[in-house]
Amino acid sequence: MEKYKILELAKKYKTKSGKLIGVLEDIQKEERYLSEETMRNVAEVLGVSPSKVYEVATFYSLFNLKPVGKHIVTVCMGTACHVKGAPRVLEMLEDLLGVKPGETTEDGKFLLTTKDGEFTVNTARCFGACSMAPVIMVDGKIYGYVNSEKLPKILKEYGWGDKK
Amino acid sequence: MKNKITSLEGLEEIKEKGLKKLLPDIPRISVGLATCGIAAGGKEIYEELKKQIEEKNLSIFLTKTGCFGICNEEPLINVRLPGKPIVIFSKLKKEDVPKILDYALTGKLPEDNKNVLCKIEEWDHITTETPILYGRDYKNIPPWNEIPFFKPQKKLVMRNAGITNPEDIEEYIATGGYKALFKALKEMSPDEIIEEVKKSGLRGRGGAGFPTGLKWEFAKKEKSDVKYVICNADEGDPGAYMNRNEMESDPHMIIEGMIIGAYAIGASEGYIYIRAEYPLAIERLERAIEQAREYGILGKNILGTNFSFDIYIARGAGAFVCGEETALIASMEGNAGRPRVRPPFPAQKGLWGKPTNINNVETWCNISPIILRGGDWFSRIGAEKNTGTKVFSLVGKVKRTGLVEVPLGTPIREIVYTAGGGAATGKKVKAVQTGGPSGGCIPENLFNLPVDYDHLASAGSIMGSGGMVVMDEDTCMVDTAKYFLEFAVDESCGKCTPGREGTYQMRNMLKKITEGKGTEEDLNKLEKLAKFVKLTALCGLGQTAPNPVITTIRYFKDEYVAHIEDKRCPAKVCKALINYYIDPDLCRGCTICARNCPVEAIDGRPGYVHIIDQEKCIKCGTCMEVCTFNAVIKLSGEKIETPFKPIPVHREGR
Repeated sequence: MEKYKILELAKKYKTKSGKLIGVLEDIQKEERYLSEETMRNVAEVLGVSPSKVYEVATFYSLFNLKPVGKHIVTVCMGTACHVKGAPRVLEMLEDLLGVKPGETTEDGKFLLTTKDGEFTVNTARCFGACSMAPVIMVDGKIYGYVNSEKLPKILKEYGWGDKK
Repeated sequence: MKNKITSLEGLEEIKEKGLKKLLPDIPRISVGLATCGIAAGGKEIYEELKKQIEEKNLSIFLTKTGCFGICNEEPLINVRLPGKPIVIFSKLKKEDVPKILDYALTGKLPEDNKNVLCKIEEWDHITTETPILYGRDYKNIPPWNEIPFFKPQKKLVMRNAGITNPEDIEEYIATGGYKALFKALKEMSPDEIIEEVKKSGLRGRGGAGFPTGLKWEFAKKEKSDVKYVICNADEGDPGAYMNRNEMESDPHMIIEGMIIGAYAIGASEGYIYIRAEYPLAIERLERAIEQAREYGILGKNILGTNFSFDIYIARGAGAFVCGEETALIASMEGNAGRPRVRPPFPAQKGLWGKPTNINNVETWCNISPIILRGGDWFSRIGAEKNTGTKVFSLVGKVKRTGLVEVPLGTPIREIVYTAGGGAATGKKVKAVQTGGPSGGCIPENLFNLPVDYDHLASAGSIMGSGGMVVMDEDTCMVDTAKYFLEFAVDESCGKCTPGREGTYQMRNMLKKITEGKGTEEDLNKLEKLAKFVKLTALCGLGQTAPNPVITTIRYFKDEYVAHIEDKRCPAKVCKALINYYIDPDLCRGCTICARNCPVEAIDGRPGYVHIIDQEKCIKCGTCMEVCTFNAVIKLSGEKIETPFKPIPVHREGR
């Protein structure tokens, strides 16, 4: 992201508290990931070192340092979801989308993207929608009580299987 | 600005305006639109209602509300006709919209009655002088507090949740909102406020239970040009979501509490540090802050007094450790969220080195009632040294899930059985996990334990932020311990060795045990290491990370022993210790399992008994999910006789 745009985003923050993380989140909302160039620009605009930006971007699990697929499918791994079968949901998802477990990025974050770039699978610690466990989120929309029957239907809403 | 409130008359004026919205002389329909309500389809229903009301030009006041707490009944809709009780409809679908509109217009309840959950005749919003009477009628509909889920409950924090519109400050004011602030700023000195909070006995709702009044006093005593208050809304415990609901359903009560706290300690700036996973809560808080500024409740010269204070949102970015207050401060300062050694405590050196008072969302929620009704009143609720109520998120393998607010000291049994209705599947409840990754598993035979800070601690667990995950016979306690340690390993910030390496080694030992490779020595080492990490980790999170291990060994040692000695997982969860078989007597030879097996481990053809190749099987459980004859069975430590090759299926009579 260009510096002038970052400057615009930074103006929203009236005080310095919470500014760096906030700006990075705002950028990611638009560009879906943080490129090296963007991180360097953020450092310059906010007057912090590039290593500080990189430290923050790698420390927090929310930030993607690599491009992600068109749709992001996040599996909740909270306790309620765990006891109600979240690991199985993740397995089914990997199976349906043909992404292999263990394909984490170098920074150790869990992120699986399909070859056609349509879907990225990742996990979250808890959405706080525990009453409907197990839960997944696709592009910000929450789906509860997920099972083997529902999962393909949900993916189809996002164009899964259309090309085959 | 026209709206700024500077006098009691001004506040009363807005209150009257708000009451006209809560008790309008036309039908009022409010749709439960917190995250669960939306996920259950509430938004579609809201849109449909809106469309039909607009198209037909109906005289109906359509609005939003938060979450009433009974999540498994979502989506919920409240309908109130003038002078009548609020009727709560549950489990609605878009197709039910005409039914709802019909009731709103004619007053005739739908004949099948199946979506009618309960009614509210009058409601104690706590901050009003007397409960608000919505209307009396409908003998056949149960009052809300006669529904088993609500029976043990007392709604103090959730006083407006699911009734008022969280996006409208006027409705908050209608239920006595900002009256406590008025009283605090105009009639009380900071010391008097702190005294009242101390008298209430309120303890921090984030988990550790430190007395709130005392914490405020420490921050007040510090001399500084700048002081901060922070609301810790980094609700990171998996399985806990009460703070999300509090923010989504009634954001102004948090803002009001924070302003009172800021005035008491002398702070001029406030922050709500909220996790990014809660977009709706962020949106509602931002809106509420804007409204509060507009009405002269935040900003310069609040309510026409000399006191100035403002609140800003700071977002987290997915790091559990940031719930720890020194890590939270580091995060707000634009750093990786790593805790530091205390002292100095944030009350002395907090955000940017200035005195800072941090309280959990739910702690702030309790402030206005305490100021308005007095510390003595508050201290009579709950148990000794554990005053007030606490909201718990009751989830997991329980029949009725949702948010349960009970006076502290209520036995676990009442929460799990009376409110929750016991296990969802009819299986036996085995344990309840409280306190998230810092807590422990409490076995069923201890369910008479009163839920409060001290009793939970004596059982080896902690209150935590209020997650309660029910586990039944199908939950493996070793796997549960492993799950939490995996969490701890992932979320460890890496700063101290016990927190980084200790959790990692514990996780490895647990992994070994769940794989059937554990030895008795591993178990001893595990126990020893758990105690060591507890004693030596730097921050609260590291120190409590061993709790799930310690409690599961303490209460469920037999399960550890079964994994180690018998190579058996009693709950049949640990993959390395289970096998799937097809019962030759039940198999109908339909081939569905073989067609769905991802690794082609099932041999068979139409009309023949199918057989699972144990060497090839990856134990994914797909065959069991797809089999319509319940012929696939899961066993651990035992096996059944199956044919070597597919044989014709047994027909009738077997």
